[in-house]
Amino acid sequence: MEELNMLESVERYIRGEMLPEEKAFFDELRKNNQDLDQLVVEHTEFLHQLERHGERSNLKNTIREIHDELIGSGQIKQPRQAKVVRLWVRYRKVVAVAASIAGITALAISGVTSYFSPKTTRSIDYLSRKISILEQKQNSLNDKINRTPPKVEEPAFKLGGTGFMIDSRGYLMTNAHVVENATNVIVQNNRGQEFKTRIIYLDASSDLAVLKINDSAYKSAAPIPYGISKGSIDLGEAIFTLGYPRDEIVYGEGYLSAKTGFRGDTLACQISVAANPGNSGGPVLDKNGDVIGILSNRQAEAQGAVFAIRSKYILRALDEVRQDSAYTSLKLPQNSTVKNLDRVQQIKRIEEYIYMVKSY
Amino acid sequence: MTTDSNEQELLRRLVEHDRNAVESIYRNYYPVIQRLVVSNNGTSDDARDIFQEALIVLYDKARSGSFELQARLKTYLYAVSRKLWLKKLQRDRNFAADLNGAGETVSVEEDVERFEQRNKDFDLMEEALQKLGEPCRGLLESCYAQKRSMTDIARDFGYTNADNAKNQKYKCLMRLKKIFFGYYKKI
Repeated sequence: MEELNMLESVERYIRGEMLPEEKAFFDELRKNNQDLDQLVVEHTEFLHQLERHGERSNLKNTIREIHDELIGSGQIKQPRQAKVVRLWVRYRKVVAVAASIAGITALAISGVTSYFSPKTTRSIDYLSRKISILEQKQNSLNDKINRTPPKVEEPAFKLGGTGFMIDSRGYLMTNAHVVENATNVIVQNNRGQEFKTRIIYLDASSDLAVLKINDSAYKSAAPIPYGISKGSIDLGEAIFTLGYPRDEIVYGEGYLSAKTGFRGDTLACQISVAANPGNSGGPVLDKNGDVIGILSNRQAEAQGAVFAIRSKYILRALDEVRQDSAYTSLKLPQNSTVKNLDRVQQIKRIEEYIYMVKSY
Repeated sequence: MTTDSNEQELLRRLVEHDRNAVESIYRNYYPVIQRLVVSNNGTSDDARDIFQEALIVLYDKARSGSFELQARLKTYLYAVSRKLWLKKLQRDRNFAADLNGAGETVSVEEDVERFEQRNKDFDLMEEALQKLGEPCRGLLESCYAQKRSMTDIARDFGYTNADNAKNQKYKCLMRLKKIFFGYYKKI
């Protein structure tokens, strides 16, 4: 505690926020106390470094954004057609070496095989006999298979979707239509672990549902890396999605194509991204890793028209959940902490918070 | 306005992180640098990275107030990018050839070296901040990089009042210092 106070005083001193007599007293202290003097010097330098770090990462961000914007709007162009030529120029030596090695190896192998291979004239007979024996065996096996009663199959889940964590203590957000009418909802993370859940909120009109993992095997995860965007969205903004259209987590990339959803639905927005059954309930994230919506459905008769419920309504639904006294402590993820990372790193951090939702 | 005072004005705005200034520099000078890198065994991604670094060198220089236009902005950026790209080629590919295009025009050796030193500091701090984790990192960044008020920070991070947030900030700061100086000593 004392150390904290000391640090605070030093900082006020450095920033010149002290009253004149306070400063005089502190100056006196500094003169007499070498450790304090050292602390002031060290802390000044450290704060300087920290501020410079902040400035530089802000600048880097700005530059990167501008680069993307200028490329996006076509004001600067990237050379493309020359790529193959460039690759060829850079790698031609490697290619030449690789090609000659491959050639020599091929010659050597064909030489060796022709030298060692046995004469093959009489083996045809044998082979045909062997095949007829195999055929007999297979027929008898087939008979056996047909005679055995069919095994009882495991009940398969009726509906599958995706959900994403909104509180690392085990709260997940998904679509209402994914879990509607389910008697049992199981979620599975990207490592294949399964957890039982309970539906604690379901609103068919906004198509949102909140699940709570109700399983002693579940341990609270680290804080969630993405935030939920409170801001507005812009046409053409790059977005990406993560979801479970199959047993494996699948990444998709696209852009925001309209500010409203199906037939002018203001609850939703339209995005252009490959989506399949199973993607429902997955998060739609912007380039900073903030959730801007939840993927909900696609238009059956149109290609590539996918709709997402906007994050505003996610926040509203969560406000409603919190009105229930049992869930007042539900805490939303704050700002994205993967903002400055590249996409691969972002996904690495985010994917463990995306779950497959299976309703039975 | 003459070109010189135009460029001085641009630099002044760059120091203030004026987005339009950065954009204008980008639009005017990026194509030249891209051509330089791409015609010397680079990709457009390499060009982007090099230009970004050159802009930071320029920013550091302008910020320290020592940028008296002995050279035009374009010449300076070109020289810095050229140096950076040469160094990268030598480092990555053991490739000590000279570059196509204009040769060295202004000496930027010192600036580039200073940049590399600061880059190391930057990486150290980045590593320390990563190790520090959330919410400490966010707290410190809002406070020292974005320079927001403690009351705002307290509200955003969900602390009950500014004093609590401040205490937490100092705790985080102390931890960060320990991690940071730990790294520093290793080198």
